[in-house]
Amino acid sequence: MKVLMFGWEFPPHISGGLGTACYGLVKGMNHHNQEVIFVVPKLWGDEEPLADFVNASDVRIDYREKRFKKFWKNLTYLEVSSFLVPYLGPEEFKKFTDYAIHDRTDVDESIFSNKFEFSGKYGKNLMEEVSRYALVAAQIARDKNSFDIIHAHDWLAFPAGIAAKEISGKPLVVHVHATEFDRSGETVNQPVYDIERAGMHAADHIVAVSQLTKNIIIRKYGIPASKVTVLHNAVLDASIIKSAYEKKVPEKIVTFLGRITFQKGPEYFVEAAKKVIDRDPNVRFVMAGSGDLLNRMIDRVAELRMATRFHFTGFLKGDDVDHMYAISDVYVMPSVSEPFGIAPLEAVRHNTPVIISKQSGVAEVLRNAIKVDFWDVDSMADAIFALLHYDGISRMFKELGSEELKKLKWEHVAAKLVTVYEKTLAERS
Amino acid sequence: MRTICFYFQVHQPFRLKPYRFFDIGEDHHYWDDFLNRNVIRKVAQKCYLPMNALLLDLIHQYNGKFKVAFSLSGTFLDQMEAYAPDVLESFQKLVATGQVELLNETYTHSLAALKSKEEFHALVKKHQDRIKELFNGYTPKVFRNTELIYSDQIGAMVAELGYEAVLTEGAKHVLGWKSPNYVYSNAIEPKLKVLLKNFLLSDDIAFRFSNKTWADYPLTTEKFVKWINAIPKEEQVLNLFMDYETFGEHQWAETGIFEFMRHLPDAVLNHSNFGFSTPSEVAANAAAVSKIHVPVPISWADEERDLTAWLGNDMQDEAFDRLYELEKLVKDLDDPEIKRDWGYLQTSDHFYYMCTKFFSDGSVHEYFSPYDTPYDAFINFMNVLSDFMLRVKQKKSELQS
Repeated sequence: MKVLMFGWEFPPHISGGLGTACYGLVKGMNHHNQEVIFVVPKLWGDEEPLADFVNASDVRIDYREKRFKKFWKNLTYLEVSSFLVPYLGPEEFKKFTDYAIHDRTDVDESIFSNKFEFSGKYGKNLMEEVSRYALVAAQIARDKNSFDIIHAHDWLAFPAGIAAKEISGKPLVVHVHATEFDRSGETVNQPVYDIERAGMHAADHIVAVSQLTKNIIIRKYGIPASKVTVLHNAVLDASIIKSAYEKKVPEKIVTFLGRITFQKGPEYFVEAAKKVIDRDPNVRFVMAGSGDLLNRMIDRVAELRMATRFHFTGFLKGDDVDHMYAISDVYVMPSVSEPFGIAPLEAVRHNTPVIISKQSGVAEVLRNAIKVDFWDVDSMADAIFALLHYDGISRMFKELGSEELKKLKWEHVAAKLVTVYEKTLAERS
Repeated sequence: MRTICFYFQVHQPFRLKPYRFFDIGEDHHYWDDFLNRNVIRKVAQKCYLPMNALLLDLIHQYNGKFKVAFSLSGTFLDQMEAYAPDVLESFQKLVATGQVELLNETYTHSLAALKSKEEFHALVKKHQDRIKELFNGYTPKVFRNTELIYSDQIGAMVAELGYEAVLTEGAKHVLGWKSPNYVYSNAIEPKLKVLLKNFLLSDDIAFRFSNKTWADYPLTTEKFVKWINAIPKEEQVLNLFMDYETFGEHQWAETGIFEFMRHLPDAVLNHSNFGFSTPSEVAANAAAVSKIHVPVPISWADEERDLTAWLGNDMQDEAFDRLYELEKLVKDLDDPEIKRDWGYLQTSDHFYYMCTKFFSDGSVHEYFSPYDTPYDAFINFMNVLSDFMLRVKQKKSELQS
């Protein structure tokens, strides 16, 4: 089978989990000898040659094609001066907007210029890039006629998927890694929601990264359950990481590592920490990361008078992330809404027992972890206390967790994906 | 005789280095030696050295008619010894003229007066000993608490230590209709005289001197003398209290601040009936007109002249309470390094950096802070404090075993 796949980023140039998931999936497809044409807005040249890569920035658009003009007309409504930046922390945000300002001046603004230089990032001109990407997709779909099915990852590539389907008449599978409801809670960005919804309705089949995400697709986007298949993410490497880095404090460490934003539920971690410290002062809590709720968390920790037991590290880079996992005795991910959530699996690789919220997709695949409702800070505190004090349970989770990890392979995901393709093609004919 | 009393605060904190969570339990050196040295050297060139030279000239020139007072914090003395022995020598020369008075304070410019009488006494004693040691046996007679923080209670503690007088802010909300240009006495111990800062005329020099949008810009010695001549005849004392860094650092040399000071004594002595006195002379020569009641602590900071620059928000209160909780442990250990670090951590500046009053005085706080935000200041301080607590605990268990 030959798949025309539209993504937005690909390792090593990634800023979020989307690129990593695409990489794993393509690698899994390779394992099953499936051919993939992978299109990204911008190729950097140092990607691993796993697929037939197409750099959208290199594609020449034949503007005499009348149907393209129709697409463009339909898509121009997207060009709102939107500041929406999915999945970016403040550091990255600044970097990318700087990029957009400094590096995009040479771009020919004419709509029907032959080529368009994409940044492939999540900057200020995101909406414009998304719609131009669709135009390029249409051209590619016309040029490369030999593919069987189209696969588009997340809303950024949905317009591209729709355009390719219309030009080629081939079936479309859209892959939902996150929805606007995960990113923004109930205050959704309407243009983004509209694109997501259009993509899901235009698709012949939908892949969701978790049952949780499938439920959102059904409930919030009006899609019948039969049209959605759950394919959980996997891990690229399930080996246990033995770190030489040693803890320098005598107390046990409980860690939150992630963006400090609404979606990740940092406030529940703070409240649970207070309950644990009240019972056992010989614990240190660490909140690692940065985000718009950081200062509020610091204020709350000070207000609860536990700042000598609750530490903030700021944004962690490189080795520090590994060090943090290595010295943690418990890892907590209290996400309010997490389509999947790969971080707890990283913790498991470091032999750290994890507590995850029931509102995360990863809870569906990780059986040997304690699961609590994100809002249930009493249960969270109980669980933290138990993992810190009852060696039996934490040892069990360590052992079983790493066993479980070994089963989460991308080739299994790819095999299931192939059956989804086959079913979709069969339904078509 | 009517008199002007100049008092300058000279203080530099031991600023903390960026201290990360990963350093806790391993790195026990907390101070940013490089930054601290740089600050001392920079301010020495811009302010301490040229201004000390100028004051020495003036003292010689007016032969006993011009005099000033300093409070040199212990953290400043320590850093001066380490990084600027030339500055220390110039201060020693000034004190040797006999026209320069040194005041006592808490060694580490701390807020101990608000929390622990015992620690307050210990830090005052330490400062006293250090002054004696560095300035040829000099013993201060007048007290100036950190940032002019004062209340009736603090005054009573100061009186108990045998001081003749104490300096504080002439805060509007304390004085009401009263004038700061008199000598007052402590409400609990009337024998302790209280000298109040005239903040209008002090701030004309310290803050407004180079402000071009100020209606009275530029400030000249003629203008200043005209203003002091306008003070009602019966008001005897004009207390001009300010940061020493006013000269050359807050107000750059280019503003003309040094020229202003060079010519001020001449203008005052020849065109007004004011002279110059040190705080102890003021206290000895003038009788107190009445008690001054200060039930709630005041200071010279910010528009509010209260403690909110250092204490009051959750971060400041948390840091402050956790630090002083260690008092008994630290004292029981009697370990010189632990004691020194605990003292340096008490320096009020650390709490000042955590202030979140952004709107009115935030820019002043920002100017003095090595941190981007008060949150960064808090995190850094608490990381250091967490390590310090571990050390204390460890030392204690070592002693017990």
